Amino acid sequence: MIKNISNLGDAALYCDFGKEVNKETNIQVIKYFKTIKEKNILGVNNITPSYNKLIISFDLKKINFNKLRKIIDNIEITKSDNIQNKRFQIPVCCEKEFSLDIKRLEEILNIKKEKIYDNFFEKEFFCYMTGFIAGMPFLGDLQENLRAKRLDTPRVKVPKGSIGLTEQFANIYTFESPGGWNIIGNTPLNIFDNSKEKEPNLINPGDLVTFKRITKEKYQNYHE
Amino acid sequence: MNKNYFEIIRAGINSTFQDLGRNHLYHIGIPFSGAMDNRNYLLANKLTGNNHNHPVIEFAYQGPHLKYHGNPINIAITGDVSFKIKKGDNLIDGKCYQSFILKNNDELDIISTNKSVYGYLAISGTFDLKFQWSSCSTNTKANIGSNNGKKLSNNQKINIKEINQNFVNTKLNYVNTKIENIRVIKGTNFNYFSDEGKKTFFKNEFKVSKLSDRMGMRLEGKKIENIIETNIRSEGLIKGVIQVTADGFPIIMLSDHGTIGGYPKIGVVISADYDKLVQLTPGSRVKFQEVDLNSAETLFKLYDLETQNLISKI
Repeated sequence: MIKNISNLGDAALYCDFGKEVNKETNIQVIKYFKTIKEKNILGVNNITPSYNKLIISFDLKKINFNKLRKIIDNIEITKSDNIQNKRFQIPVCCEKEFSLDIKRLEEILNIKKEKIYDNFFEKEFFCYMTGFIAGMPFLGDLQENLRAKRLDTPRVKVPKGSIGLTEQFANIYTFESPGGWNIIGNTPLNIFDNSKEKEPNLINPGDLVTFKRITKEKYQNYHE
Repeated sequence: MNKNYFEIIRAGINSTFQDLGRNHLYHIGIPFSGAMDNRNYLLANKLTGNNHNHPVIEFAYQGPHLKYHGNPINIAITGDVSFKIKKGDNLIDGKCYQSFILKNNDELDIISTNKSVYGYLAISGTFDLKFQWSSCSTNTKANIGSNNGKKLSNNQKINIKEINQNFVNTKLNYVNTKIENIRVIKGTNFNYFSDEGKKTFFKNEFKVSKLSDRMGMRLEGKKIENIIETNIRSEGLIKGVIQVTADGFPIIMLSDHGTIGGYPKIGVVISADYDKLVQLTPGSRVKFQEVDLNSAETLFKLYDLETQNLISKI
C-alpha cells in the first residue's frame, strides 16, 4: 500500500511505499503501476515504478497535484497476490575479455571466481524496475556473499550486453553507456530493440530471470 | 527523387529534430526529450502556420548553414539568434519572430545564439522524417528519434515532403528575458542537508558549468553539505529535479535525463521557469528561490497565459 503521497515539484506525485526494499513492497509498486497505467488518466504523462516508490508525472495544463492525488488515493488494487510475469534465460559469456571486474570482485569478496559464477548462475532473479538507460533491468536479490560496491570511478564506456553487479542487484547494459557496476560477463542477446514500436524491452518489472553460461564459440555464433 | 530539400553546408554544434516529445515510456527508461524551450518552439511553428506538434530543427550555440533547393517556402527562427539569408549577391540580416521566404538556391546561415543556448527553425512544410514512438524528438545519447537518433551532420540532405503553399507574412514583437533567480519547490530529500547546506543552496550564487547538455545542467559553487547519505535507493526522476551528487554540487535534470537516479533531491525547478532555465549559458550565475506548490501552480498559469497570448498575436 502507498504509505504517503507528496509532490515532487509542481508536476509530479511522489508515492512512497515505505523504507523496506523487498519483493513484497516492489510487487505492490508494480500492481499500482499497472492499474494506474490501464486507467489512462487524463493528463498523466509518465509513471515510473522503482523499488519502493512510484513517480507519476502529469501535464499541469490538464490536471494538478491535488486533483490527481484524490484519484490515486481512491484507486483500488485487485486483491490477487499474483502479478503476471514472464520467465527469461539470458545467455552469458564470461571469457576474460567480457569479465572486466571479476578479479576486483575476487579480491573484495575474498571468494574464488568459479564460486562467484556458480552462485550467480544458480540464482533466479526478480526484475524490480527498468530504466536509467532504455530497457536496463534492475534484478535482485543477489546472495549476500556476492554484494560489492560500485567502482570508485565509473567507466566512461561500458560495452553493450555487459552484466553488472552492485550491492544486492544485477543489471544488463542494454547499450554502450557510462556506468560503475562490476562487470562479470556479456550477453549476445538483444535486451532492448529500438526498432520495435511496441514493447521494445525484453524484460519488464515483475519478470523472473536466470542466467546461463555459454562458451565463446556459442557467443560468437549466437542467433536470436 | 525529392525536389524540395535543404543541403547542409555546416551542421552546427548540436542541431536536432524536435517536437513536443514522447510520453508514457519512462517506465522502460525512455525520457521525454522534445524541444528544450517550449515557448520558442511553439512560436516558431505558429509563425510558419503549423500545428503545435510539428517537427522543427533545434540548434544550440552555432546553428546550421543551409542551402535551399525547391519551390518557395516560408521559414521562421525563434530565440535570440543572429542569422543571415543570402539571395544571390544580396545578404540580408535575419530577424527572429518574423517569417522569410526562401527560394531555390537561397542560403540560410544561422550564425549563433546570443547569450542563450537554444534556437528553433520552423518551415511552412513537413520534413521527411521517420518517427519513433510517435515523435521525431532526437535523443543523441540513446540514439532515439529521427535521423537515426543522431544530430545533423555536414553534407547531409534534409528532404521536405510537402510545402504548405498559402503562406502569409507573420511577425511578432517579443524579446526573451534572462532569468537570474530560479524558483524551486523543496525536494523530497531536502532534510538530507545540514542547515548550513540548505542556506548554501538558497543564499549562494551558482555558476552554470560547461558540462551541461540536453540531459542535465551541472552547477558549480560552494559545496552543499549532506548530513545523512550521499546516495538514495534509485527512484524515478522528472525534468527540473535538482540532485546533489556526492561531490556536493547540484545537477538539474533536463529533457533527455536518465529516467531513474540515486542522488538526493534538494529541489525541483517550477514548470513556469523551465524554458528560461535551459537557455542559461555556461558561466551564467544563478540563485535558487523557494516557492510553495500553490504559487508554482499560479505562476505556471501566468506563464501559459502569456504563451497563449503571444501565439494568438501571430
